[in-house]
Amino acid sequence: MMQHTLSVLVEDKAGVLARVSSLLARRGFNIHSLAVGPTAEIGMSRMTIVVEAPELEQVKKQLHKLVNVVKITELDPNRSVEREIMLIRISTSGGGRSDVLEIGAIFKATVVDVGQNSITFQVTGTPSKLADFFELVRGYGVIDMAKSGRIALSRENKARKLKAV
Amino acid sequence: MPTISGAQALIKALEFEGVDVMFGVPGGAILPAYDPLYDSPINHILARHEQGAGHMASGYAWATGRVGVCMATSGPGATNLVTPLADALMDSVPMVAITGQVATTSVGNDAFQEAYTTGITMPCTKHNYFVTDAKDIANVVHEAFYIARSGRPGPVLVDVPKDVLNAEIEWEDPTDLDLPGYKPTITPHARRITEAIRLIEAAEQPVLYVGGGIIKAEASDVLRELVGALNIPVVTTLMGRGVVADSHPLTLGMPGMHGTYTATTAIQKSDLLIALGVRFDDRVTGDPDFFAPNAKVIHADVDPAEIGKVRDAEVPIVGDAKAVIEAMLAEWGDRPAPERTRWLEQVHRWQREKGLKYDQKPDGTIKPQFVIEELHRITGGNAIVVSGVGQHQMWASLHWGFEKPRTWINSGGLGTMGYAVPAAVGAKAGMPDELVWAIDGDGCFQMTSQELITAAVDGIPVKIALINNSQHGMVTQWQRLFYGGRLSASQLGVGAVDYVMLAEAMGCAGIRAETPGEVAPAIEKAMSINDRPVVVEFVVDRDEMVFPMVPAGGSNDIVLLGPEDL
Ligand SMILES: Cc1ncc(C[n+]2csc(CCOP(=O)(O)OP(=O)(O)O)c2C)c(N)n1
Ligand SMILES: [Mg+2]
Repeated sequence: MMQHTLSVLVEDKAGVLARVSSLLARRGFNIHSLAVGPTAEIGMSRMTIVVEAPELEQVKKQLHKLVNVVKITELDPNRSVEREIMLIRISTSGGGRSDVLEIGAIFKATVVDVGQNSITFQVTGTPSKLADFFELVRGYGVIDMAKSGRIALSRENKARKLKAV
Repeated sequence: MPTISGAQALIKALEFEGVDVMFGVPGGAILPAYDPLYDSPINHILARHEQGAGHMASGYAWATGRVGVCMATSGPGATNLVTPLADALMDSVPMVAITGQVATTSVGNDAFQEAYTTGITMPCTKHNYFVTDAKDIANVVHEAFYIARSGRPGPVLVDVPKDVLNAEIEWEDPTDLDLPGYKPTITPHARRITEAIRLIEAAEQPVLYVGGGIIKAEASDVLRELVGALNIPVVTTLMGRGVVADSHPLTLGMPGMHGTYTATTAIQKSDLLIALGVRFDDRVTGDPDFFAPNAKVIHADVDPAEIGKVRDAEVPIVGDAKAVIEAMLAEWGDRPAPERTRWLEQVHRWQREKGLKYDQKPDGTIKPQFVIEELHRITGGNAIVVSGVGQHQMWASLHWGFEKPRTWINSGGLGTMGYAVPAAVGAKAGMPDELVWAIDGDGCFQMTSQELITAAVDGIPVKIALINNSQHGMVTQWQRLFYGGRLSASQLGVGAVDYVMLAEAMGCAGIRAETPGEVAPAIEKAMSINDRPVVVEFVVDRDEMVFPMVPAGGSNDIVLLGPEDL
């Protein structure tokens, strides 16, 4: 099923997260990831929701019926920046520590913890970058992994496309 | 400035909103609010069950067009309100429910009578509030009423902990609403109206498909103008009965599973459906893939989520039904009404040839349809009719001729058995000068009949026509048709209840009619009793089934007119 990224501006009120997630569940829309945090506007929060739905129109309209939902923007991956952060602990007990470090360097991953038997990286980037990193290191033995939900913002509308950062 | 308690602020806030009647049941957590109510001009009606209080608020709202208010305590009081809230959400009924809650210091500790009311009611309210500061009460109540009645109306719940009710504050009138995420669209887009009129001009077999949204928008008068201006036949859904007069030659009645042949078939054969304040419910459409297969659709609704939910619309219009119809009338201007001779002749031929039928033998058992028609004849149709859910509901909708909006009150979307008695009490409490007849089934009656005690004690003289077939008739009908006649758990026992005695035991008058000849005298007698509620039990034919019928999930092309079509 198609994944869609929604950027949802909500009032920062108790229970808003529950309202949004319960509505999506009740209407049968699958949440792939959901990240919520403060935004620049006082009294508001921004939710970045990745939903799986055959058709996004109903999801948006149903979300709009929630009194605390102020604005919904569907983010086109080509015209927005999407980021995730991953913490991943990789086994080094079978050797391969230097290989893993080399892969980490290519991905600009930060080493956040080193032990006798494992090494933990923090990797930031697009969902596909994180997926690529995971593919490359999984063979060494992934002991544990935690990933943030996706956060995203649309890019500034520019007449001429500047070099993407 | 003198201080008042949160509880006083709550009652003052209700008075500020113009509440004249409310319905409820007190208990520990909400007790502080009942104390200032003692001195308030608000008339509080003590229901016998919170479900009753909720449906009373709903009946009140339907009959008056105002927001219905109910109140309950925490825990079981609040959970008993869940059914009426879910019912009101489905049928877009403007309601505000106030619930008590355990003190904020105890919330989350499984305190006595604690339930997570805002969590439980989140999916069955339009919005809800948990008040943590007494200073917020006036504004929250003000917002709750605004949200309940505006846009697509619905129920709003306000949960107030006991310590918040007991806190002392300085009263301040509610300020302007601050709802950045709630801005219903009322005025339709002009271009859409132009597109709609263009489609209407080109249509040869158009049908107006109208429902409860017309009532909520108070758009009945302008709709009648539109019908005249465009000369288009109208079908009225179960929720919209009465928005156009059934006696009008262009009115075809109710469409759908138990709709009239003409209403259902006109939609099937139409080339343009003008859908106003309706939501293409499955009881109307049957299998949506076969619904009105040749029709283009103009769909206007105040709730954008309804447009395109079931059926794509060629012309989607977001807006209040009244504003939409007024804009259509203006766009149509003074063009003459199209004649549509062939289409209207066709429709009228169906009406003549495929009308409603039943066979009342003078010496046979009473047919339920005969009861409804006699009731209509004797009252001259001048009554608010409230119904339960089941066969009797369909017969009432089909066989009563509705002339005005807000004269038909029933539970459509949720199909809540037990709705009739409390909703009738609420309707009568709101419209004391109107005659209110509930048409109820015996199964439904047994779910909420205790609210007749409320009616008797509080002097709310409703009348109940009890269609007694000693069974869950609608369930029985399905078991006869689709489960080989195996009547599993649907029989309530012939003679199991003496309804005359039961009525009298509750302080009402009880009357029984067992033969066709007794029907009119029983109704006349009921009409002569106005000092207390009356229950008239009609012992009816247990084998009667509701027709027309489109079997569930089937195509609306197949309408069974009677048992001979099975
Ligand atoms: C609360 C509730 N429970 C169960 C049902 C399912 N149901 C629909 S109609 C019906 C029978 C209604 O019986 P009665 O009130 O006697 O009406 P009749 O069909 O006999 O006219 C039942 C059980 C329901 N709609 N609502
Ligand atoms: Mg029955």
